[in-house]
Amino acid sequence: MDTKNFIIKQISIFSENRPGRLASIAHALGEEKINILAFSIAEANGFGVVRALVDHPEKAYKKLSSLGFNVAFTDVIAVQMQDIPGGLYEIAKVLGDAQINIEYSYAYSGRDAAVLILRVDLVEEAIAKIQQSGAKLLERSVFH
Amino acid sequence: MFWDKKIETLNPAELAALQLKRLKKTLHQANNVEFYRAGFARAGIKPPDIRTLDDIQKLPFTKKQDLRDGYPFGFFAVPLKEIVRIHTTSGTTGKPTVVGYTRKDLDNWSGLIARNMTMIGITADDVFQNMVNYGMFTGGLGFHYGAEKIGMTVIPSATGNTRRQIEMINDFGVTAIHCTPSYAMHLSEVAESAGITFKTLKTGIFGAEPWSETLRSTLESRLGVTAYDSYGLSELFGPGVAFECPERDGLHIWHDSYLVEIIDPKTGERVSDGERGELVVTPLVKEAMPLLRYRTGDVTMLMEDGCLCGRGKKIARITGRSDDMLVIRGINVFPSQIEHVLLKIPEVGNQFMVYVDRINHLDEMTVEVEINREFFSGELADLAKIQIKVVKELRDVLELRTTVKLVEPGSLPRFEGKSKRVIDRRGEIF
Repeated sequence: MDTKNFIIKQISIFSENRPGRLASIAHALGEEKINILAFSIAEANGFGVVRALVDHPEKAYKKLSSLGFNVAFTDVIAVQMQDIPGGLYEIAKVLGDAQINIEYSYAYSGRDAAVLILRVDLVEEAIAKIQQSGAKLLERSVFH
Repeated sequence: MFWDKKIETLNPAELAALQLKRLKKTLHQANNVEFYRAGFARAGIKPPDIRTLDDIQKLPFTKKQDLRDGYPFGFFAVPLKEIVRIHTTSGTTGKPTVVGYTRKDLDNWSGLIARNMTMIGITADDVFQNMVNYGMFTGGLGFHYGAEKIGMTVIPSATGNTRRQIEMINDFGVTAIHCTPSYAMHLSEVAESAGITFKTLKTGIFGAEPWSETLRSTLESRLGVTAYDSYGLSELFGPGVAFECPERDGLHIWHDSYLVEIIDPKTGERVSDGERGELVVTPLVKEAMPLLRYRTGDVTMLMEDGCLCGRGKKIARITGRSDDMLVIRGINVFPSQIEHVLLKIPEVGNQFMVYVDRINHLDEMTVEVEINREFFSGELADLAKIQIKVVKELRDVLELRTTVKLVEPGSLPRFEGKSKRVIDRRGEIF
C-alpha cells in the first residue's frame, strides 16, 4: 500500500493575534463553499498559525493567498481512534517506541469515531508503524 | 559635469572673499527682522562689527522654535509684496514653520538644484519623474523648477497611485526619478508583484529622510538605478543644500550659498573637521528670509579629504535628524539603524513600525515587522525562530532588548511622503 495515500494536506495560515482574523479566514472559505473538517489554532507571542483540514485545499490556498494571507501546506496524518479509555495511549506509545516525535496534534469527532490529526517529524515511518499496530489510518480521499 | 564650474570650484581664498561679501549682505538683510535686531542688541553688536567669517561666532544661534514663535511672517525681511511663494515645513508638532521666497530666491534655489542634477550627469536629454508632494512641501516644486531650468522633460507626477507611476516610468521612458527612499522601496515592491521591470531608469535621487548604505544597494538592484543622496531643509530653501557627486562618498554642500559650522550641540562650540556634531548653517543668498547660524538638528561632520570631482568640502551623510533620535533606556536609537538590521534579514520584509512605551517606569521598544511570504513554512516553531533571530540582530546593533512582533505580509503602512515609522507613546500620562 502506498503510504502517500495517507498523507493529508493541511493548510497552515499565518495570522496575527488580533480580533477578526479567524472570522476573515472562515468567511473567505465559506464564500468558496469550502468545508472545514478539522482545525486548530496555535499561538505564540502575538502571532499564530491557523491549521485546517478542508475538502478543497488547493482552492482554499488560492483564495486565501489572493486575500493576502500567508498560506503553506503541511503534511499530516489522521488516525481513527477507538473511542474508549486508553485509545490515545495506544497511538502515542507506538510512535514513542519508534522514536517518532509528535510535533503537534489535534482531534475531532468524526461520523464513525474520534479522529486524531498528527504532525510528526517522520511521516512515512509513522504511517508504517501505525499500520503495523493495527490502528486505522484515514486515507486522503476521506478528506479531499 | 558642471552647471556653474567657476562657482563650484572656487579656490579657498576666492570662496572666503565671496562668502564674506555675501555674509555682510545677509546681515544687512537680517537687520530688517525684529528677532535679529533684538538679538544684535542683546549681543551688544551691530552688523558692521562682523568683519571676518569667524566673527559670526559672536552671534547667537537661531533655533527651529524661534521660527515657530515667529509664525506666520515674523522672519520675513522684505514686504509681502516681494514674496512670490510660501512653503511650510512638513508639519511637526504644533504650528508649521513658514518660509517665504522672493523671485531672486526662487532663481537661486532652482540654480542649486540644477547644479546638483548636472553634477550627477542628468541633462536636457533626460526624462525626469518627480514623485514627491507638490503642495506645501518644498521637495516637489523645488526639484521641478531646477529640472526645468536644465531643460529636461519633467513629469510632475507627485505622490499616490503607484501603479500609474510605474506605468508612466515605462511608457514615457523615464530615466531619472526623485522620491523618498521609503517610497522607492514601495514602488519596487509594487512593480515586482506586478512582474514589471524598469528598462529606461538610470538615476534615482532619494532624500527627505535618512537612509542607509544597505538600502542604497537594495534600491539600486531592485530599480536598476544609481542612487544619490539629496539633503535639504525648507528653512534653507528646501532640497538642494547638499548632494552626492558621482564619487558618492559624502555630500557637497554649496559653500558659496551656505556658511557651514559644525558644533557640539551641548556647548555650542565649533568642532574640528572629521568630528561629528550638529550642522549649523548661515544661508548666504537668501533675501526673503535670511537666517543667522541656523541649528539644523542634523548630525554630520565636515570631511577632511578633498574630492576627486574638484568641488569643495563635503559633509558626511546624515544618519538621522536629532528629532528622529529616540532615547530608549538611555541608549540613542535611530530608526535608520533598525532599517539597516531588517534589510539584512531575508526572512522578514523591509517595512517596519516602532512603538515606544513606558511600562513600570521602563522604556519598552516594540518593532513590528512583516514576515516574508516565501519564508513561511507553516510551522509555528519556524516563526518563533525568525522572531528570535530578529530580536538578536537588533540587540547586537542597538545594544538594546526589543520586543519583535511578526505581522502579516503587506499589513504595515506604506508611506509616500515622509515616513512616520516611530510612535512614541511615552508622553501620554494618565
